[in-house]
Amino acid sequence: MEAVKGEARVLLGAPATRFSYIRDREEWLGPLMLGPAILYIVLVVGFPFFLALYYSVSDITLGSRSLGFVGLKNFTGVIGTTKFQTALKNTFVFAILSQLLVLVLGNVLALALQKDFRGKWLVRLLILLPWVAPISLGTIGWLWIVDSIYSVINWTLRAVGIFGPTFWPIWLGVPHLAMGTVIAVHVWRLLPLATVILLAGLSSIPKDIHDAAQVDGASFWRHYFQVTLPLLLPVAVVALLFGLVFAFTDMTVIYVLTRGGPYDTTQVLASLAFFTGVAGGDLAEGAAISLFLFPLLLAAAIGFLRIARRSEVV
Amino acid sequence: MATLYRVRRWLADGAHFGIVAAFTIFAAFPFYWMLITTFKRTTDLMNRTHNPFLFHEPPTLEHLRVLFYDTLYGRWLANTAVVGVLVVVVTLVLAVPAGYALARLTGRWGEQLGIGIFLTYLVPPTLLFIPLSRVVVGLGLQDSLWSLVLVYPSFTVPFSTWLLMGFFKAIPSDLEDAAMIDGYSRLGAFVKIVMPISIAGILTVVIFSFTLVMQEFVYALTFISPVSQYTVSVGVPTFLVHGDVYFWGSLMAGCFIASVPIAVVYNFFVDRFIAGFTVGAVK
Amino acid sequence: MATVEARDIRKSFGTVRAVDGVNLSTKEGEFLVLLGSSGCGKTTLLRMIAGLEKPTSGDVLIGGQVVNDLPPRARKIAMVFQSYALYPHMTVFKNIAFPLKAQGMRADAVRQRVEWAAALFGIELLLHRKPRQLSGGERQRVALARAVVREPAVFLLDEPLSNLDAKLRASARDELQQFQRRIGTTTIYVTHDQVEAMGLGDRIAVMQHGRVRQIGTPMEVYDEPADTFVAAFLGSPPMNLIEGKDCLVGFRPEHFLPKEAFPMTEAASVPFRVTRLEYLGADRLLYGVLERPFPEQKVIAKLPSTVTTSIRQGETHEFVVKEKDLKFFDRDTGLRTAPRPLSTQFA
Repeated sequence: MEAVKGEARVLLGAPATRFSYIRDREEWLGPLMLGPAILYIVLVVGFPFFLALYYSVSDITLGSRSLGFVGLKNFTGVIGTTKFQTALKNTFVFAILSQLLVLVLGNVLALALQKDFRGKWLVRLLILLPWVAPISLGTIGWLWIVDSIYSVINWTLRAVGIFGPTFWPIWLGVPHLAMGTVIAVHVWRLLPLATVILLAGLSSIPKDIHDAAQVDGASFWRHYFQVTLPLLLPVAVVALLFGLVFAFTDMTVIYVLTRGGPYDTTQVLASLAFFTGVAGGDLAEGAAISLFLFPLLLAAAIGFLRIARRSEVV
Repeated sequence: MATLYRVRRWLADGAHFGIVAAFTIFAAFPFYWMLITTFKRTTDLMNRTHNPFLFHEPPTLEHLRVLFYDTLYGRWLANTAVVGVLVVVVTLVLAVPAGYALARLTGRWGEQLGIGIFLTYLVPPTLLFIPLSRVVVGLGLQDSLWSLVLVYPSFTVPFSTWLLMGFFKAIPSDLEDAAMIDGYSRLGAFVKIVMPISIAGILTVVIFSFTLVMQEFVYALTFISPVSQYTVSVGVPTFLVHGDVYFWGSLMAGCFIASVPIAVVYNFFVDRFIAGFTVGAVK
Repeated sequence: MATVEARDIRKSFGTVRAVDGVNLSTKEGEFLVLLGSSGCGKTTLLRMIAGLEKPTSGDVLIGGQVVNDLPPRARKIAMVFQSYALYPHMTVFKNIAFPLKAQGMRADAVRQRVEWAAALFGIELLLHRKPRQLSGGERQRVALARAVVREPAVFLLDEPLSNLDAKLRASARDELQQFQRRIGTTTIYVTHDQVEAMGLGDRIAVMQHGRVRQIGTPMEVYDEPADTFVAAFLGSPPMNLIEGKDCLVGFRPEHFLPKEAFPMTEAASVPFRVTRLEYLGADRLLYGVLERPFPEQKVIAKLPSTVTTSIRQGETHEFVVKEKDLKFFDRDTGLRTAPRPLSTQFA
């Protein structure tokens, strides 16, 4: 700015100060502006990630200072236990069932919300609540709803006569029921996200295409399965990938509702890693367990890259 | 023929209403239930012969009194707010310049880096909390809110950078060129022109980061043990639920107060987040 | 006041050579137009002069000084963008004041200058509005006011009229030229519109594929094109080019006239079979092919409607072109060559 004021200096090409130079030089300014964020991510995500890799082949525990190398002992030791095998199986059951439900229900809901109707803004706000509210707190709401003695669900179903006078299921106390409840709460929590993503996808389909299908005389189902759904597919994949990542890695719902019980029937890898590594103090084994999540995340990351590359928007 | 269409039309409308109503109830019922429970006397709650939807005894503010005077709920809210504000500041300081650099200054290798940054958003706390707990101890930050301020930006920064990059890319670059000709440096053009225009995007990042901080559970549970340093999302479920004694009224009050107001604010910004979530799949 | 000079300036984006060795220099106070179709490198050249792009090689001089290493703000230039680039969050007043504030001018002086610039373009009443509340023509004036307010040494204009509708464009052209003559600042103007270029420029630089094909006054580039590209680019319809034995012979459609109405000596006589007619009001366009001894090639004739000679589709008429209106080009390079008798070209 100084340079502009002094006309003579400019026209003589007086050298600007070094600092004002950097402000203009894009080849310096870019790395300078990006640097702090990259540095932070490397330190707080990259470094711990490699530390996790290292822990998984060490014998570190919460109290100890030792960091001996034990090779793949943690992995081989963990794989053999029934606790781990159950958790691995549960992780897949939990993630796949919940995502299947989320996708189907999300599609139905997105289609329903695509239409304009009175009070839509309020409906949207209410439907988004589970996603926005702190997940641990929303889950406590469910804990009360499925309470073993005062469950409002049981009370209502008995009142309308669906449950007989002696039938009073304890939702979190019976293995299959507990898994079902945990999945339901997870669906409750992830449905809003999937729905809004799918809605964004629906509204990005040009209206002309719908008009053309209508003029061509396509029925509702034909229209949906042969026109809308194929066009929605890339967006649905994005919703699915996010959902899978959340489902594979989140332990909050399980921690609050069941702590993995009854008899570890709802224990997943993420919660098992927590109970082993943090609550149990065996950092090495905990790290090894949590690393089993990594291939799944890698697959999701590759999925994203492919979508990002194909769309060429990024 | 016409009647047939009318009947079908009527059925379709009915089905539509039914679907929307069912989903709305499914989504919102827990919050409604929190609200009801908050004002019910414990003796009313703990009576299986009472219709749980009705008030059989007069409403009470006792649960709220317990929540605010007999627990550290107020403190947890304050802790959450402090951490939230600090994380928002750190996020903005890191993500705003980074988003701009990726949008305008770094060219092709910046694109790759941008995708890389976005992918770190997918690295979940459950993979990192074990080593990070050690790092936090090493830095002497265990049991301190500062540990959360240090770690939380690891999930707010990547997504915010990505969102802001999209915002900045959407601004016509002519505006910055004009500002540079009008007497500002590239940096000056960014501060004077791009930032004021992107205020909506920056606000989006603020809300987004703040809600994520409120939601976070795993790190807070791992790093912090003194009750006075809890955040809301950990304090309510761990402190108010001990053993078999559940203070349902206070619990529900605590959940409702900490979730609904922020959700209403969030609602105004949701479309912008979705633009970030859908990467490039939606044009 | 200052002149602008480009010395063997080049710019590559990856493997694409956007600007490929341009030498150019303006005269003091000149209105120079860079004319070319989209992708010819004219905008890139302008942006390099402004300092918004770094040349891959070569020098930019403003006022005789090499400014390669100076950022845009230190070059004493002003630029008007095709999109106008008005700052959407600022009022018109703040938009115009923006360059002055950047210089650190005092508030009362700023007010005075802004009012002067606003009066220059008749936008005094719009000062409190935001850009989105303005019409296209008003926006263009604001952009111009923002450009002049700092009294730059050089004006750079990047298709400033292309977002206006046709009617407005004509009057804006007129205002722009009057205004430039009045303040006498060296101006470089980029456009793809030859009418704009011919009407506004003191000189026109015709560009193609990152190179300047010809630079000269409107009359020079139109009447004496340096090569076939310039010949075919300017004029509507463009110059007719027919292949002779060892060169290309060109003549403008408006110089191609029926012998009946224009009995001329020192003119080549050419039989012309008309295949299609277009009546355009002021002109008649005749499309057709040449007949023996000329090769059967498509040509166009443009007759002013004052020429009432009856010509119908399918008829063959004798047409004439004055010998001085015939231009000759090398078949291989496309460059102008010396005139030669037509009989050597067409047996």
